[in-house]
Amino acid sequence: MREPHRVFIHRVAALFGPRRRLEDDLDAELRAHVEMAVEQNLRKGMTAEAARREALRHFGGVDQIKEIYRDQRGMPMVETALQDIRYGFRMLRRNPGFSLLAILCLTLGIGANAAVFSWIEGILIRPYPAVAHQENLLALSGTATGTTGFESLSWPDLIDYRNRCTLIDSFIVGKIMGSTLSIGDRAERAPGQIVSANYFDALGVRPILGRGFLPEEDTGRNAHPVTVISYQLWQDRFHSDPAIVGKTQILNGLPHTIIGVAPRGFYGTFVGYAMQFWVPASMEERFEAGGYKLEDRSARWIEAFVRLKPGAALAQAQHEISAVAKRLETDYPETNRGRGIKLLPLWQTPFNKASEMLPTLGITFVVVFFVLLIACANVSNLLLVRSLARRQEITVRLALGCGRARLVRQLLTEGLILATLAAAGGLLVAYWSRNLLMVMYTAQSGIYLGGELDWRVLAVSAGVGLMATLLFALVPAIHTSKIDLAAALKSDSGGVVGGRGKMRLRSALVVVQVSLSFVLLVGAGLLLRSLQGMRTASPGFSTSVLTTGVDLFSAGYDTQRAKNFQDELLDRVQALSGVQSVAYSRVRPFSFLPYSSAPIAVDGYQSAPGEQPEVKYNEVGPSYFETMGIPLVSGRSFTRADNEAAPLVAVVNEIMAAQFWRGEDPIGKRMQVKDRWMQVVGVARLAKYSTMLEPPKPFFYVPLRQNFAVRVILNIRTPQAPGTMAAALVREVHALDPELAPYELITMREQVDRMSSSQRIAVTLLSIYGGLALLLAAIGLYGVMASAVSQRTRELGLRMALGASATNLMRLVMTHGLALTAGGVVLGAAAALLLTRLLGYLLYNVSPRDPLAFGAAFVVMTAASVAACFIPAWRATRTDPVRALRD
Amino acid sequence: MPPSKAEVLQGTLDLLVLKTLDTMGPIHGFGIAMRIQQVSEDLLQLNQGTLYPALLRLEQRAWIASKWGVSENNRKAKYYSLTRAGRKQLEQEVESWDQMSAVINRVLGTG
Repeated sequence: MREPHRVFIHRVAALFGPRRRLEDDLDAELRAHVEMAVEQNLRKGMTAEAARREALRHFGGVDQIKEIYRDQRGMPMVETALQDIRYGFRMLRRNPGFSLLAILCLTLGIGANAAVFSWIEGILIRPYPAVAHQENLLALSGTATGTTGFESLSWPDLIDYRNRCTLIDSFIVGKIMGSTLSIGDRAERAPGQIVSANYFDALGVRPILGRGFLPEEDTGRNAHPVTVISYQLWQDRFHSDPAIVGKTQILNGLPHTIIGVAPRGFYGTFVGYAMQFWVPASMEERFEAGGYKLEDRSARWIEAFVRLKPGAALAQAQHEISAVAKRLETDYPETNRGRGIKLLPLWQTPFNKASEMLPTLGITFVVVFFVLLIACANVSNLLLVRSLARRQEITVRLALGCGRARLVRQLLTEGLILATLAAAGGLLVAYWSRNLLMVMYTAQSGIYLGGELDWRVLAVSAGVGLMATLLFALVPAIHTSKIDLAAALKSDSGGVVGGRGKMRLRSALVVVQVSLSFVLLVGAGLLLRSLQGMRTASPGFSTSVLTTGVDLFSAGYDTQRAKNFQDELLDRVQALSGVQSVAYSRVRPFSFLPYSSAPIAVDGYQSAPGEQPEVKYNEVGPSYFETMGIPLVSGRSFTRADNEAAPLVAVVNEIMAAQFWRGEDPIGKRMQVKDRWMQVVGVARLAKYSTMLEPPKPFFYVPLRQNFAVRVILNIRTPQAPGTMAAALVREVHALDPELAPYELITMREQVDRMSSSQRIAVTLLSIYGGLALLLAAIGLYGVMASAVSQRTRELGLRMALGASATNLMRLVMTHGLALTAGGVVLGAAAALLLTRLLGYLLYNVSPRDPLAFGAAFVVMTAASVAACFIPAWRATRTDPVRALRD
Repeated sequence: MPPSKAEVLQGTLDLLVLKTLDTMGPIHGFGIAMRIQQVSEDLLQLNQGTLYPALLRLEQRAWIASKWGVSENNRKAKYYSLTRAGRKQLEQEVESWDQMSAVINRVLGTG
């Protein structure tokens, strides 16, 4: 059936074709018809007059026919819409102040939303630019009975999954690690990934130079020292050398052949960091502590994604892979009992920054929606004010027979124009702020958290714009179309027809705005309090300690050389002026590097059945506690005497002492760590180990020399600033090995701050949006109060004439404005009590109902309201009673 | 008392126009109106103007084509003619009309 689309083409052609000619044709055709009829009638002997009358009678109403004809010819809906749009633009141009303000409000509202959508898209939904079909990618997470968190996977398990799962297209391993790259005279830590050989192929990423990995390159122990480098590394460190492929680069002490350069815009597969190089899994031993693990089923170290086959559903694939996990449990009970596996959508990836950003972005999502609502309320208010000014025009249109539905459509079209312009502006805002989150991670290199403005974000933003239009334009449009025609035509003086209802509506809008802003203010206050709390609370160690490190592992040091180097460096740094004490540790508190963890057994301690108590620990050097400022409750610190030859010792923290020894003094007692017995020689005060938000937990320390690590952190207690220490430190390291450079030297304060970045980002965003909301609400309040005063001029004049003083009038107006605020605050407080619980995860030592945050929000809101009402109130006192009464 | 004039049945105007063009060949709107009234012996009440939206509709469906020409009285007029698709459509419509009227006659017991 081709008729409908043929008709459609005809109609569209008529719509955009030369209107004049079509009209002329129609005129000519109809005129010819009438003339022929007249002639025929004349021939029948009628008078000229009768002939014409008769002809027209038979024809029917000419104009009516033309109208039907036109409707059939073109597309009446579209024609009306085009008319509405033209008219709408004319109206907006006539009122540039109003239009600009409305578009600005909406731009902020829609822009805030579009920016957050772009972050959610670019960080959570499709986080890996340049990777094909991310909708088929899922994250893999191991599970273990008795724990809830993420568990890494072992290589042999992964191979078994790969061989037995039919619904999964590919398993893509990408384990983050780092190496110190010394290129030319600059040494720098660079993040990289240990990957499976199929990595680039499975991701659909083609190197721009050279090749990806060959299938055999992830097998064999240390058999394939090859690497693909990032575009950025190629550009920055190798000066875009076109002949780079085939050259070698030392990575962790071993020359690797550069076999390819990844395309620009590919950052690897770790949300949060831009990867600089990739090595195949066969080289794992070089980059990971703990020996060769490709054949060890108990060594769990892998982070991986899978790509589902097209058409496979997550639930089916999960079912299948769980069945495989079950089989592995029976086949390898000693390593796999209680071990399962879970498929997760990318936004729930547990092993990268997605999990950290998820709550922050979730809250931000709610917040920007609030901002949008407030912006809509503002524009609604503006439209209502303007509809007063347009009363004349609208009355005339109604009187001339314009249908009310048509009027509503016209007003909605005007709203749509506003929203469209604002959406365009909003996308611009989103484009500018797509990298805002990255900017907030100041002073950290390698961070990549970019927003993504793809067609999905555009579509959602367009949807938001449409929704906003309905929100802000529908109520005023309906309200306006309800003008009482008779009354409006009768009184064209300054009287306010329907003004009271309109005023009530506008007041309600302001109350809503105030309440929404209040909620945001409370949220911002709570986050601010919690950030402040985190900054002032002590983590249990001194935050002025400087911390750095030397990567002897990457430099290829063996254990003995490393021990010598560490001892010599310690002595040299100790001797520097202003240094009070120095100590090594394997792990720097509040860093991404995980602590060691081991099952613990203590004489006389019975763990709950089925539970294997594992406790985390750190390997630390002599005088670690003095250097870090962690007080000892009892016993002693480690000394140089606690070396390889001495009996094994440990220092436990208070919580561990209380849990395992139940109030007895643990000093002198022994405990079993995995398979080694150690004697407890000291009890340390509780500290925070990874984040400020963690609950108090058991922890212990063992001497570095009895649990040696080649790669260590150097902690320095000194009153000096990092800037003054850094040069001296580099000098001492170079004196020992000119090839080596230390890590960046920072304070522990800086380290702690970096780990609370999600709180900082949340505070920053909520403060920005809260401030925006407050501003918008204040504008709304000001608008309502200003027009209330101008509408009540006559009443105010009368009051003045009857003896009211300026103070009286001021109080009258202020009371009105503040009553609206009070209503909003009450509503907002009620809403905030329900909503602030959403912040739970981000709050530190602050109740979601913290009275101080609520109080502060109240004060700020009141101050803003007073400011917004002041000018209208002051204007009220300037009312000239004589003129007000006479007009 | 003369028999009252029948309204043109909904949807049958198209059929009447197509049939007229089939019989008469290229002809202008006024001619179509005259022909329909003649054949129906003035029993059909036709608002002649309504012919034009109908003609447009048929032309949009490409069942008829139009061309400006000059009438017998030397007047500029638009001439309509049946297209090949229009002829096919006419055959179909005649057939379905025959069927329909047969059914209705049978139901009314006058067939």
